[in-house]
Amino acid sequence: MSGLLDWFDARFPLRKVAHEHALSYYSPKNFNAWYYFGSLAILVLFMQIVTGIFLTMHYKPDSQLAFASVEYIMRDVPWGWLIRYLHSTGASLMFVIIYLHMFRSLMYGSFHRPRELLWIIGSIIFVALMAEAFMGYLLPWGNMSYWGAQVIISLFTAIPYVGDALAQWIRGDFVIGDATLNRFFAFHVVLVPMLLLLLVFLHMVALHKVGSNNPEGIEIKLHRDENGIPLDGIPFHPYYTVKDLVGVVLFTFVYLGIVFFVPDMGGWFLEPDNFQVANTFHTPPDIKPLWYFTPFYSILRAVTYPLFGVAAKFWGVLSMGMSIGMIFLLPWLDRSPVRSILYKSPIFTWALGIFVVTFIMLGYLGGKNPSHTDLLFFTNVVWSQIGYFLYFGFFLLMPVYSKLGIVKTVGTRVQSK
Amino acid sequence: MRNWLIILGFTLMPGLSMAQENSVKLDSVKIDHDDKPSLQRGAKLFVNYCLSCHSAAYMRYNRMAKDLDIPKRLVEQYMMFTADKIGGLMKSNMPPEEAKRAFGTVPPDLTLIARSRTPEWIYTYLRSFYRDKTSPSGWNNIVFPQVAMPFILYRLQGVQSAVFDKDKTTGARRFDKFELIQKGTMTPQEYAVAMRDLTNYLAYMAEPAKIVRHHIGRYAMVFLGLLLVLVVLLKHEYWRDVK
Repeated sequence: MSGLLDWFDARFPLRKVAHEHALSYYSPKNFNAWYYFGSLAILVLFMQIVTGIFLTMHYKPDSQLAFASVEYIMRDVPWGWLIRYLHSTGASLMFVIIYLHMFRSLMYGSFHRPRELLWIIGSIIFVALMAEAFMGYLLPWGNMSYWGAQVIISLFTAIPYVGDALAQWIRGDFVIGDATLNRFFAFHVVLVPMLLLLLVFLHMVALHKVGSNNPEGIEIKLHRDENGIPLDGIPFHPYYTVKDLVGVVLFTFVYLGIVFFVPDMGGWFLEPDNFQVANTFHTPPDIKPLWYFTPFYSILRAVTYPLFGVAAKFWGVLSMGMSIGMIFLLPWLDRSPVRSILYKSPIFTWALGIFVVTFIMLGYLGGKNPSHTDLLFFTNVVWSQIGYFLYFGFFLLMPVYSKLGIVKTVGTRVQSK
Repeated sequence: MRNWLIILGFTLMPGLSMAQENSVKLDSVKIDHDDKPSLQRGAKLFVNYCLSCHSAAYMRYNRMAKDLDIPKRLVEQYMMFTADKIGGLMKSNMPPEEAKRAFGTVPPDLTLIARSRTPEWIYTYLRSFYRDKTSPSGWNNIVFPQVAMPFILYRLQGVQSAVFDKDKTTGARRFDKFELIQKGTMTPQEYAVAMRDLTNYLAYMAEPAKIVRHHIGRYAMVFLGLLLVLVVLLKHEYWRDVK
């Protein structure tokens, strides 16, 4: 066995890589459950690729055949329903995982120096995932697929002068049609997954260069023993591989629970309107994106005033773009001397709490009719405007409020495992 | 602990069911894919009444036969009006052009109707037809106003008329109740049971895999439960030396 390893090692850095990235890669010993979501994201990415490969074996990217081919998968392909539900549920759960993974970084300041680039790569992954999900959603060619894509692509027409030409260029036609479906299929199954794999690789390389942050935000590399091993570090393998296994099984409970018992998730993961084939003459009563886009969709619809002679829609599109752009800027917006929420001033904790409530509220409103009143006192559009200011306030005021208040003194060693 | 509450909040968030925006109150209906007699009766109603004009173009006769325990011979003899082979799809008896001429619109495919409309909607819809001399077909529906479909089940249910009253605050016309003006071959109770059977069948047809998915799902959960015990023990074993 070791002879075989030696043979490989003479030709490929097998032992070196295993040591640098697992056996002698030291992670802080105090990770909590929030640290499951990184490995879970990789698990779901893997599941999406595997189930996606099987789906492409039976799916037909043709506007005349697509919807029927999905039903063929659901009925006639052995275990096709399982593959399809694993894929559709996986898509939604990927966003659950990524949102929690990002929230973890917000809590523990994982984007602080020297992890800015790690955060930027992660943010690009988030944008790539949004593109992947958006294009994948057109493929079943249901009525909500069609009208959702119609609404989102028509957003580009809000850009002055070039908008119409741009939207037409994206669609490859004057309306969403076969050309759009085929190019979305190509992007969804080839281009974006390749980009995602590359980005995830870069994310891991950057992570292993700077090392993981931890709930206390203490840099473990600063305190080493005589052999240069961090005193609060433990080798990733076997400690975190076995611990992440617990996370994997817990997650699989949720994942398979949904797949086997509630794959529609009450209309949140698979929408009722999408069980009707795309119909150019029949608009669904409420066109809305799937739940993971609704916070940003709310921000888009919150802008109802034209400014400087340019239509409100343009400013809405710009706001939506900026709301995603804000995420990239976090490492330079947070001026707090400490990383973790455990040591930050209560002002930051409150700001983060309000942000979470705002984000959930915007998500809720994005699936509702703007003129209705589903929350207290005001119509949905007014609430989304309040959410708009709270959302941008959280980011743009951060350089100010993150410096306010009294922070606790950070120790030199992590408190517990 | 607080962290866990936040996680829980995030995971439960999508579980909140979508609010029903329809103003008509929908009746609840018991959907049970293990109730084979109900599904068989529903299938009989479906092929005899619905398939005359509607299609179920993603559903195969032999799948129905297998899942509902109906012998293939009986399906071929009494239920297959639109296909030559038992592996064929449930096409409509009526060509689309002809349907368009008759009703002004092509009747929608019903394979997935229970998933796009919900079983409650179908169950209420099938019991909400009433006589309306002003509509082209002579029929109207409370759940689906100005529906193009004539009420072909009237021989079973009889003929209803709708009684409206005025909303006290807004003065708008509001549906109050139905009155049976002509008896059918079924009593109201029998008709309600028949429509429950038909709805149950439509719910089955919208997702035949549901039967097997619930079945396997239970085993998967038990397996994961056992696996969880093992991985937790494994983790504790490995982590014993971490202080």
